[in-house]
Amino acid sequence: MNKFTLLLFYFVAFISYAQQGIVTGKVLEGTTGETLLGVTVQNVNAKTATTTDFDGVFSIAASTGDVLKFTFIGTVAQEYTVVNFEPITITMEEDVAALEEVVVIGYGTQAVREVTGAVSIVDSEVIENLKPTRVEQALQGQVPGVNVTSSSGSPGAGLNIRIRGISTNGDNRPLILVDGNIIEDLSVINPGDIESISVLKDATAGIYGVRAANGVVIITTKGGRKNQPLQLEFNSWGGFQETSRKLPSLNAQQYALIKNEAFANNGEAIPFTDISNLSNTNYQDEVFEDALILNNDFSVRGGTEKSKYAVGMAILAQDGIVGGQKSDFDRFTMRGNFDHKWTKNLEMKTGFLYSYTSNKGINDGGLGSVLFNALNMAPTIPVRDATGEFSLAEGLGNEVINPEAQLANTYNKNKVGKISGNFGLTYSFLDHFEATARIQANYSEAYGNNFNPRAFYGSGKVFNLTENVFSTYENYFSDYTYDAFIKYDNTFNDRHNLEATLGMSAFRTRGDFNGFTGFGNVSNDYNEVSIADADRVINGDENGARRFDQRLLSHFLRVQYDYQGKYLFSGVLRRDGSTIFGPENQFGFFPSASVGWIASEESFLKDNNFIDFLKVRASAGVIGNDRIPAFGYVSLLTGEGQYVFNDQIINGTAGGALSNPEIKWEEQYTTNIGLDMAFLSNKLNLTLDYFNRETKDLLLAPQVSGILGSGAPGSSAPFINGGDIRNKGLEFSVGYADQLTDDLSFNVSFNASTLDNEVLFVNNDNGFIEAGGFGVGQPPITRFEEGFTIGYFYGYQTDGIFQNAAEVAAHPSQIALGAEAQPGDFRYRDVNGDGAINLDDRVELGDPLPDYTMGLNLSVNYKNWDFQTYLYASIGNDMVRNYERNQPLTNLTTNVLNRWTGPGSTNSFPRVTTGATANQVFSDFFVEDASFLRAQNMQLGYTVNESALDNLKLSGLRVYASVNNAFTLTKYQGYDPSASSGDPLASGIDNGFYPVARTFLLGINAKF
Amino acid sequence: MKIFKVYILLFVIAIGFNACSEEYLDIESEDPNSENFFNSQEDYESALVAAYDLLQSSYLNVMLGEIASDNTLAGGESATDVIGIQQIDDMIHTPVNDQLSDIWRWMFAGVNRANYIMEFQDKTDFPDKPRVLGETRFLRAYYYFELVKFFGDVPLVVDQRFLFGDQFEVDRTPKADVYAQIERDLIFAIDNLEYTTPDVGRATKGSAQALLGKVYLFQEKYPEAADVLDDLILSNEYSLVTDYSTIFENDNENNSESVFEIQYSDLEGAGFGCLQCSEGNVAVGFNGIRNYDGPEFESGFSFNVPTQEVFDLFEVADPRRDVAILDIDTFAAANGATFSIGFEHTGFYNRKYIARQGDLNTGDANLTNPNNYRAIRLADVYLMAAEAYNSGNLGDGQARTYLNTVRTRVNLPDVQLSGVALGDAIFLERRLELVGEGHHFFDLVRTGRAAVQIDGFVAGKHEVFPIPLEEILLSGNRWAQNPNY
Repeated sequence: MNKFTLLLFYFVAFISYAQQGIVTGKVLEGTTGETLLGVTVQNVNAKTATTTDFDGVFSIAASTGDVLKFTFIGTVAQEYTVVNFEPITITMEEDVAALEEVVVIGYGTQAVREVTGAVSIVDSEVIENLKPTRVEQALQGQVPGVNVTSSSGSPGAGLNIRIRGISTNGDNRPLILVDGNIIEDLSVINPGDIESISVLKDATAGIYGVRAANGVVIITTKGGRKNQPLQLEFNSWGGFQETSRKLPSLNAQQYALIKNEAFANNGEAIPFTDISNLSNTNYQDEVFEDALILNNDFSVRGGTEKSKYAVGMAILAQDGIVGGQKSDFDRFTMRGNFDHKWTKNLEMKTGFLYSYTSNKGINDGGLGSVLFNALNMAPTIPVRDATGEFSLAEGLGNEVINPEAQLANTYNKNKVGKISGNFGLTYSFLDHFEATARIQANYSEAYGNNFNPRAFYGSGKVFNLTENVFSTYENYFSDYTYDAFIKYDNTFNDRHNLEATLGMSAFRTRGDFNGFTGFGNVSNDYNEVSIADADRVINGDENGARRFDQRLLSHFLRVQYDYQGKYLFSGVLRRDGSTIFGPENQFGFFPSASVGWIASEESFLKDNNFIDFLKVRASAGVIGNDRIPAFGYVSLLTGEGQYVFNDQIINGTAGGALSNPEIKWEEQYTTNIGLDMAFLSNKLNLTLDYFNRETKDLLLAPQVSGILGSGAPGSSAPFINGGDIRNKGLEFSVGYADQLTDDLSFNVSFNASTLDNEVLFVNNDNGFIEAGGFGVGQPPITRFEEGFTIGYFYGYQTDGIFQNAAEVAAHPSQIALGAEAQPGDFRYRDVNGDGAINLDDRVELGDPLPDYTMGLNLSVNYKNWDFQTYLYASIGNDMVRNYERNQPLTNLTTNVLNRWTGPGSTNSFPRVTTGATANQVFSDFFVEDASFLRAQNMQLGYTVNESALDNLKLSGLRVYASVNNAFTLTKYQGYDPSASSGDPLASGIDNGFYPVARTFLLGINAKF
Repeated sequence: MKIFKVYILLFVIAIGFNACSEEYLDIESEDPNSENFFNSQEDYESALVAAYDLLQSSYLNVMLGEIASDNTLAGGESATDVIGIQQIDDMIHTPVNDQLSDIWRWMFAGVNRANYIMEFQDKTDFPDKPRVLGETRFLRAYYYFELVKFFGDVPLVVDQRFLFGDQFEVDRTPKADVYAQIERDLIFAIDNLEYTTPDVGRATKGSAQALLGKVYLFQEKYPEAADVLDDLILSNEYSLVTDYSTIFENDNENNSESVFEIQYSDLEGAGFGCLQCSEGNVAVGFNGIRNYDGPEFESGFSFNVPTQEVFDLFEVADPRRDVAILDIDTFAAANGATFSIGFEHTGFYNRKYIARQGDLNTGDANLTNPNNYRAIRLADVYLMAAEAYNSGNLGDGQARTYLNTVRTRVNLPDVQLSGVALGDAIFLERRLELVGEGHHFFDLVRTGRAAVQIDGFVAGKHEVFPIPLEEILLSGNRWAQNPNY
C-alpha cells in the first residue's frame, strides 16, 4: 500500500466507524445547573429524535458531522455538531423572549408586549407580600385606575372594586374570573393561591362581552409546571388586629359640662348638678378589642412531561376588633388543578375549588350599629349597674342603647359552602387550528340564622323586644358557563402573524331562597330556640321572588394580526343575548378594536442605548351591560299585598316593580390611548394611559310618577335607559428596579390616576335623582344630576355663626329650616339672593369620589434581608359625618369643646342647646375632606441561606414580620376615610363605618 | 382531503352553535306574570287583599288631618324631625314635602291595585264576584276620596292600571268628575255588598253608605247625604258603644259602633325603610309618649300633641276629654311614670292613638302597634247626618235628634238650638267627639272655618295641599300647581 491508499483506508474506516456511533450526554438548565427532563434532542441530519429522561440523560445515534438540535420550552434552542462520541453536557439558557410575561385576555393568552389594550398585572410576589385576607386588598394601590373601598372593616365583609370610576348606576362590580370561572364573591378565594391577577380596563375587555362593562379581573391560581419536580410549600402567618382609630369622645366631666350648658341655653334645669364625682366610661375602649388572625396554607405542585398538577389547602381564622368572636370569620379552602396532554393533539384542563366560610356579624353600619352606640352612649353611665346587669341607656333617645348589652345580645351565624369546577378539552388539528370546549360550574349553599332575644335596653328603645325573634335561611345558587371556540393561528411570509378566534358562550345562573322567621320562643337561649318552638312563624317565601333563572348567550369573533411583531391589530365582534331584556331588545352587538405600534422594533430605534421598549396603543369599543334585575320588561306579581282579616295577616297578590317593555342594553363607549416604555436596560418602566368612557342609556330606576303605583309595598320604579355618564382620566405608572451590588437590590414603583366623573344627562324631567339619607327625617342629601359628579352632596352653605341679635336680624329668616336663628347658630347663605333661606338655597357641597389616587411600592433586598412597603393615597374625596345622633344627652366628640359660647368666641362651631335649632340641617359643616395617605403594608423578611437548609431538607425558608394598615394620614375625623357604602348614588355618608384593622403579623414560608 | 376535514369541522361547530340557539333565552319568569292572573276566585280574592293593603298607609293622612288643624301640633324630637310634618303644622308647607309625596304615592298605589282587579273584572266568573267587585270599588272610592281631600283635582283612571308612559298623557281630572266616579263606585258597592261579611275587616254595605254620605257632605249635597246616612242609621246594623272610654282600646276593635275600620296587626315586623309595608299602625308609635317609662302606655315619638285650646274646649263634665287627651304630667305624677319632653311639648298626648302596653312589640315596636284605626264610627255618621239635616235645611229636629244621640251616650245634656247656632253646635260636637281621629282639618276646610281657626292658613291656598313638585315634573311638567303654591 502506498501512503495514499493507507490514508484512504483510514478515511473510509473512520467514516464507517462514525456511522455506527451513539451520542450520549446530559442536559442542564443554565442558571440553576439542574438537570432537565423532557428536552427534545433531534438529529437534524438523520431526522431522528429522543428526549432526556429524569436525570437529563439522552442517547441518540449519530455520525460525526451530524447536527443535534436541543429544544426545550422556555429556552433558547442549542445545536451541537458531532465530532466524537465522548459524553457531552449541553446547557440550555433561558429564552428571555419566550418566557416573557403573558396575560390572559379571554379565550386565550397574549404576550404582554403585544397587548394593545389597557391591562395591568399584579403578580404573586405582591400578593405574598401584602398578606391580604381578601383578594381585593391586593389590588388597592397596585393598579392605577382601580379603587378598592370597604363598606365595613368587619371580618369577612366585602370590598368594592371600582375600575375607572363609577360608570353605571347600579352594579359597578367588575367581572371576576378565577381560572375562567365567574366568581361573584371573592371571600371564597385564598389570596395565597393566586399566581397572578390581570385587570382589563378598556374596551378590549369586550371579548368577555356583557358583564365586562365595569372591567374584568382575571385571577389565575397557582398551577404546576411541566417537568417540575414535586414541590411542597407551607405558609403560616398570624398575629393580632387592633382598631386603626378611635374618635376623641367627651369624657364624663367634659360631657356633663357641655350638657349642662346645652340645657341651660334652653332655659332648662341642668342635668348634672355635681360634676365632681362622675363615673367615667369610654365606650369605644369597651367595644374595641385586640383580635386574633391566623392563616395556614399548604400546597403541592409538580409536573411531568404530559401532566401538570397542583393541590392546596388553606385555613383562615379571624376575629373582629369589635365584638371579637361575635364577629369572627373562618374560611377553609381546598383547590386542585390537573392538566394533561392525552395525545399530541388533545389536551385536558381540569380544576376544582371548594370553600367553606363561616362568619358571625354584628350590627356595623349606621344608626343602631355597635360603634354608633359606643359614640353616642353617655360616658357617665357605667357598662353595668350596681346589680351587675347591663346599664340602661336612659334619656338618650329611642335609638341609642348600651353597646355592650347590644353585643351580648347579638347572635347569628352565616355559612357558605361552595364548590366550583372546570373542565376543558383542546384539540389541535390541521396544523393551525385548535378547538376548545370547556365548562365551568359553581354551586353554593348559604345558610344561617339570626336571633334577637327578649331584651330591655331602656324605656322607649326601638330595640326593646318583649318577644324574641329567631330567623333562619337557606339559599341555593348554581351557575355554569359553557364556552366553545376555534382558533386559527398562522404566519404568512414570516411576517404576517394572524390569529382568529370564533366561538360561543352560554351562561346560566339560578338561585333559590328560603327563609323562616319565628316569633316568641319560650326559651330565650340561642342554643335552645328554633323555628319549631316559635309561637308564630312567617314563611319568607310568601312574598316576592324566591327563585331566579337568568341566561346569557353570546357569539364572538376575534382577529389578531401583527406585522413582524411591530404593527399590532386586534378586533372583536361580539353579540350578546340576555334574558334580562324583552324579546325585541334581547340581543346587543358590541364591537371593539385596538391597534398598537412597537416603535422600538423599528430600525431607527433598535440600536439606541436608551430606549429598550416603546409601544403606542389605542383602543375603542362598545360593551353592553345588563346588570339589572331580570324581567324588567313585564309586570310580575312580586309585590307585597298584606292585610288583616279576623286579626290574622293575610297574604295577597300584588304587582312588584313596574315594568318597562322598552328596556334595553346599557352601552359603554370606551376609548383608550396608551404608551408603554422601558429604558436603561429595562430597569425603568413606564406606562401611561388616557381613557374616556361614556355610558349611554344608563340603566336606572329613577323615581317615577306616583300615579303609576310604585309607592306600593314591594313595588318600585321601573328600570329605564335614563342617562349618560362620562368617566375620563389619566393613569400613570413608573417602576424602577436595579441590582446595585451583589448584595443589594431594590425595586420601586409608583402609580397615579386621575378620575373625572360627570353625569351628562338624566332622562327625567327633574334633571336629577335624589338618594342618601342624613340625620333623622331630613330630605335626601346626594344627587345624580346633569353636570355634576355622581352622588355629589347637596345642602346648605354655612356663612359663619351669628354673633349677636343684630346679625340675626340683618339676615333673612331661617324658619323654613326648622327654627328661627339665635346668636350662636349657623348663618346659612342665601345663595339665590331671594331674601329667604329655604330648600332653594342648597348647593353642591362636595363629592365622595377621589380626584387622584396613588400607590407607591418599595422593596429593598440586602443580603438575606428584604423590606417592602406599600403606600396608598386618595385625594379629593369628601365624606359626610353622620355618626352623631344629637339627642339632648347623647355623647359627642371633643370638637364640641370649640363651640360658640358668646360673641367673638368662634365663627365655626355653633352653640350647644337642647332647644330647636337649624344647626343640624345638612350643610357644609358636615362635609369633610377625606383625603388620606395610608401605609397598607410594611414588611421585613429574612431568607435563610440554602446551605443552612440542607439538614432540614428544605429548599427555601423565609420568616417575616409585617404590619398592615400601619398608619393613615388624614384630616378626616371619622373612623375610616377609605370607607364607602358602595352605593353609587350615596357612597360617601359615614354613619359610623367599622374601621379597617391595623394588623401585626409574624409569618413563615417554607418550601420542601 | 384537508378541505374535507375542514367541512366536517365546520359542520360540527354549526351543530354546536345550533344546540345553543336563541331558544335558549326564551324563558318565563319563575314569578307569575300580572297579565296571566285572575283565573279563579282565589286569584281575585288574593288581589283584593293587596288592594286593601294601602289602607294601612293612610295612617299618615290621619295624622296630618289633625296636625294641619288647630287640634294638635307636630311635636316630634326637634324642629327638623320629619320636617314635612312640621311645615304642614305651621302652614308653611311647600310643593317639596316628603309626607305629601308619600300620601300621593300611597293612595295612587291603592287606586292602581283596585284598578288592576277592575281591569280583569270580566275574565273569570264565580258566584261571589259581586262582593269582590263591590269591595274593590269601595276601596277605589276610599283612595280617591283621600286624594281629592288632599289635592283637589287629581288624575282619574277607571278600570285599568296606569302603565309606564301614561303619566306623560294623563291630566288632572276636575274634582267634580272624580267625585262623580267616587259616587258611582260607592253606589255600586252599596248595591252589591251586605251588612255582614265573610271576614272581620272587610268593607260592608254600611261602610259604603257611610263613606258615600261623607262624600256627599263634602260636596254639600245635603239631601243625598241625609238619605244615605238615614238608610244606614235605620238599618240598625250598628249601635253606639255605651262606654266611650272603651272604644279605642285594642280589645274593643271592630265594635258595634265601627262602620269601617282599618285593620292593623303586631304579628309582623316593620322598619323605617318601608313604612307603607308595616302591618302595624305607624301613627300610634309616632304619637306615643317620648321616652316613656311607666304603666299602661308605651313609648313613642311624641308627634301630634293636642293643644291646650282643644283640651280646654271640653266641658268639665265631658268624659270624652280624658279619653281623647292624656295630661301626661298629671298622669306621670299619679303613676310614677317618667318621660322626656319633645319638641312643641304641650303636656298633652293624643290618647286615642298612642302606644299601649300589651302588644307583642314586634320590632320596630314603634311601627307595629296593632290598634285599628276607627275610620268611620257610628257617632261620626250621626253627626254627619245631623249636619246634613241642619245645613240642608231638611229639618233641625232630626238634626238635633242625631246630635243629642251622640251627646246622650256621654251623659251630656241635650242641645236645644236650631239654625246656624245648631250648625255651630254640631260642628263643635264633631270636633270634640272626633278629636285625634284625623277629620278636623278637612271639616274646617269644607265648612269655610279654616282661615279663621288655623294660624297661618291662607284662604284660597291652603284648602288643598300642593301637588308634590316632583309629581308635576315626573309627569312631564304639564300640570298646573294648586293656586298660590
